Amino acid sequence: MRRAALLAGAMLMAAPLAAQDHAEHGKNAGTQPQMDHCAMGHLPPEQCPPKEGDPPAETMDDPMAGMDHGAHRGMAEKSAPGAAAEDALPRRALEGPQHAADAIWGSAAMAPARRQLARENGGMVTGKIFVERLEARLAADGAEDGYVWDAQAWYGGDINRFVLKTEGEGEIGGALEDAEIQALYSRAIGPFFDLQAGVRFDSEPEARTHLVVGVAGLAPYMFHVDGALFLSDRGKLTARIEAEYDQKITQRLILQPRIEAEFAAQDIPAREIGAGITKIEPGLRLRYEIVPEFAPYIGLEYEAKTGETADIARLAGEDPDGLKIALGLRAWF
Amino acid sequence: MSTLSRRHLIKSTAALAAASALPMPAWAKGQSLSHARKGFGEVSGEDIELAIGNHHFAIGNRSGHAVAVNGTIPGPLVRLREGQRARLHVTNTLAEDSSIHWHGLLVPFQFDGVPGVSFPGIRPGERFTYDFPIRQSGTYWWHSHSGLQEQAGHYGPIIVESADPDPRYDRDYVVLLSEFTPLHPHDIMRKLKVGEHYFQRDMLTASEGTMPGAMRRMWGKMRMNPRDISDVTGSTYTFLVNGHGPQDDLQFAFVPGERVRLRVINGSAMTFFNLRIPGVPMTVIQADGQDVDEVEVDEFQIGVAETYDVIVSPPAGSHAIVAEAMDRSGMGIASLTSHKGHIATPPPLRQIPTLTMADMGMMDHSAHSGSGMASMEGMDHSMRDTSALPADVEAGPGVDMVAPMPMDRMDFPGLGLDTVSHRVLRYTDLRARRMNPHREIDREMEIHLTGNMERYMWSFDGRKFTAVTDDPIRFGYDERVRVKLVNQTMMAHPIHLHGHFFELVNGADHMHQPLKHTVVVQPGGTATFDLTANEPGDWAFHCHLLYHMHAGMMQVVTVRPFPEGAEA
Repeated sequence: MRRAALLAGAMLMAAPLAAQDHAEHGKNAGTQPQMDHCAMGHLPPEQCPPKEGDPPAETMDDPMAGMDHGAHRGMAEKSAPGAAAEDALPRRALEGPQHAADAIWGSAAMAPARRQLARENGGMVTGKIFVERLEARLAADGAEDGYVWDAQAWYGGDINRFVLKTEGEGEIGGALEDAEIQALYSRAIGPFFDLQAGVRFDSEPEARTHLVVGVAGLAPYMFHVDGALFLSDRGKLTARIEAEYDQKITQRLILQPRIEAEFAAQDIPAREIGAGITKIEPGLRLRYEIVPEFAPYIGLEYEAKTGETADIARLAGEDPDGLKIALGLRAWF
Repeated sequence: MSTLSRRHLIKSTAALAAASALPMPAWAKGQSLSHARKGFGEVSGEDIELAIGNHHFAIGNRSGHAVAVNGTIPGPLVRLREGQRARLHVTNTLAEDSSIHWHGLLVPFQFDGVPGVSFPGIRPGERFTYDFPIRQSGTYWWHSHSGLQEQAGHYGPIIVESADPDPRYDRDYVVLLSEFTPLHPHDIMRKLKVGEHYFQRDMLTASEGTMPGAMRRMWGKMRMNPRDISDVTGSTYTFLVNGHGPQDDLQFAFVPGERVRLRVINGSAMTFFNLRIPGVPMTVIQADGQDVDEVEVDEFQIGVAETYDVIVSPPAGSHAIVAEAMDRSGMGIASLTSHKGHIATPPPLRQIPTLTMADMGMMDHSAHSGSGMASMEGMDHSMRDTSALPADVEAGPGVDMVAPMPMDRMDFPGLGLDTVSHRVLRYTDLRARRMNPHREIDREMEIHLTGNMERYMWSFDGRKFTAVTDDPIRFGYDERVRVKLVNQTMMAHPIHLHGHFFELVNGADHMHQPLKHTVVVQPGGTATFDLTANEPGDWAFHCHLLYHMHAGMMQVVTVRPFPEGAEA
């Protein structure tokens, strides 16, 4: 039954392909194209004439012929007639010892070697410390100069990882304004994205703990994105999203546009934040990779409080936005 | 130590080689580790001693730790005779386990040399004896199958002389291609895991390359890099010919009029080489140690772990043997010369190739014409339609791409060689010289080669080796199976099955399908082989790119049961 279905499938596939075959058209000019039993795999190979022509030569002269029709013909030929399906294992394949080497060297000697083999072929556990931004910010408009750090570290395998993230900023020679650290469990949920969940602790501007859930990864068009929701111990919900893109100017000189935005689901008077988009921070950094692990950069960063949050800042007599020149270092090890 | 007396330099290769490598530099003295010598000696006979040890190795301005056998890189040429019995005594002086796998030799599985599959491995200080009859002839090689030692220098050539001498050549040389890196192999592996495209220093930039913007955006949309040619490149590798770097002026002597057999072995960890001798055509006579009908070519690409034997009849003069890395980030060079001391000038490196739609497993009518604009119709294809995968392929985070229309690419000469104007070898050119037994196919099987470039995950059927340690690929003894390898990635993978030769289903009539131990599956394409599983036991099956295997692209093949009266 299964085989009949397979054959029917093969016919469905092979028939239109045969019709596309220009060589076949030539031979059967003016008549109904005949079914090519050999190409369809209905006949054992030894009853089929040897393949005509030389596909490599075709490819040389006319790439279209080689790529397209030649390859299709090959596809049809390579299905073996009368062969059983992949899962139709012969019974004898399951006989004998589970591990052949145990019968010779003993399982006591082989078991540790097998564990080692698994460790060495897919079981790798490693980690990375990544200082994404460590920069001095020189205010273009005469405001205070500041500094920023933004770093993360991870440890784990391909799927499950432990992640630490920290970022913060302050005034040079002044007070630390913002500082936070996150401890997250990260799990790969697709080829390009990790789901991350855990806790965030802020030491500045006030001690506060948040629950965190977010995703980080590589979006289409090669944007690195990292977005998270934060629920504070006061029940306040905020969110943050970052995206960046690396444009190689040369192999070592890389221009990186970056944008960060913050949101709040409600007013948070203690932090002088109004509901809605609270902050938007586009920037442009040009780094030079002395080695891939070590890249100093210069950049421009515009930082703007928005909406209600900007109004709050203005009422407090602060400038809600500002342009900064960034001098910094990107490094990992 | 009796083997020391048996070891003698190969008159031709090593004498010339040694001239440039010896004497030892003075600054090497006083080091705690000795420097491994460049080039190799030879061991032969029924009892052969091999000793694995830690060394330093220096090439050009790069130097670092090495694991060498009998103190040379590559290790000694093991010369055997078809029909003899070989007892290979291997002493491990490292502080960690080691092993030797005899790549391409038909051996009882317990002497195949894969720790955890065929035997427990060779402990520090242990002397292990491999003991097996030699059932074949041809060009092969050996290497460590423990950890990443192979990258550090633990490999060497094997020649098995035929019982019937071949009158077609007057002298022969081993041309063993490999790499040296000053980095520790585990450091390379870690950088591949954590540092995105760390070794690739030829990425498309804003100003360079002819790729139009629309194509660039399409690559970006897929989160793929059209310059993913090689994972590890000349940025850390120095490419070696018989242990000699490009500046070492390695020479192979010949007398004009002679027919010279070159036994080309790709003993590298990660590098495909394009091999050519400008101005000298090469006649291919063996692939993976097995005789094929003669094919004359001007260049061939050799995948990791493959071997090709060619015969050349160069005119008087000096000719460059050029082993250019597939990603054009460097080359191994030697001179084939009839005037001792005359060094041939190698041609410059050619332009790095860029991947095309065909490498994504799409129908591409214009890829080879270069512009790629006409192929924008291909954008409609999803690049990760997991419903196109069979049910036994796990489409998890380890699979970043599913080729929309993988087609048989056994007629593809290799990345970057599809556009050259001279004759390049293709798998479809190979035809077995001796007839294979006539066999019907009992069963068909598909194995998907899967990966995630960003995470540096590699696997078969979406499952790393760690996930299938109790679920091997099973064959019945003497079962004849047609295996189709489907490459769902944009890298070429050299897939090696231990203990067997399979027949490439390459369009040759089925009694003359060429025998191989390693088959390159081109990006986004398929390759098919017929296997008669007639070597009972457990065998490794893996991608021979060392770091792909280390990332999980490995499986165990079981062949059961043991026939009546067999040893096990």
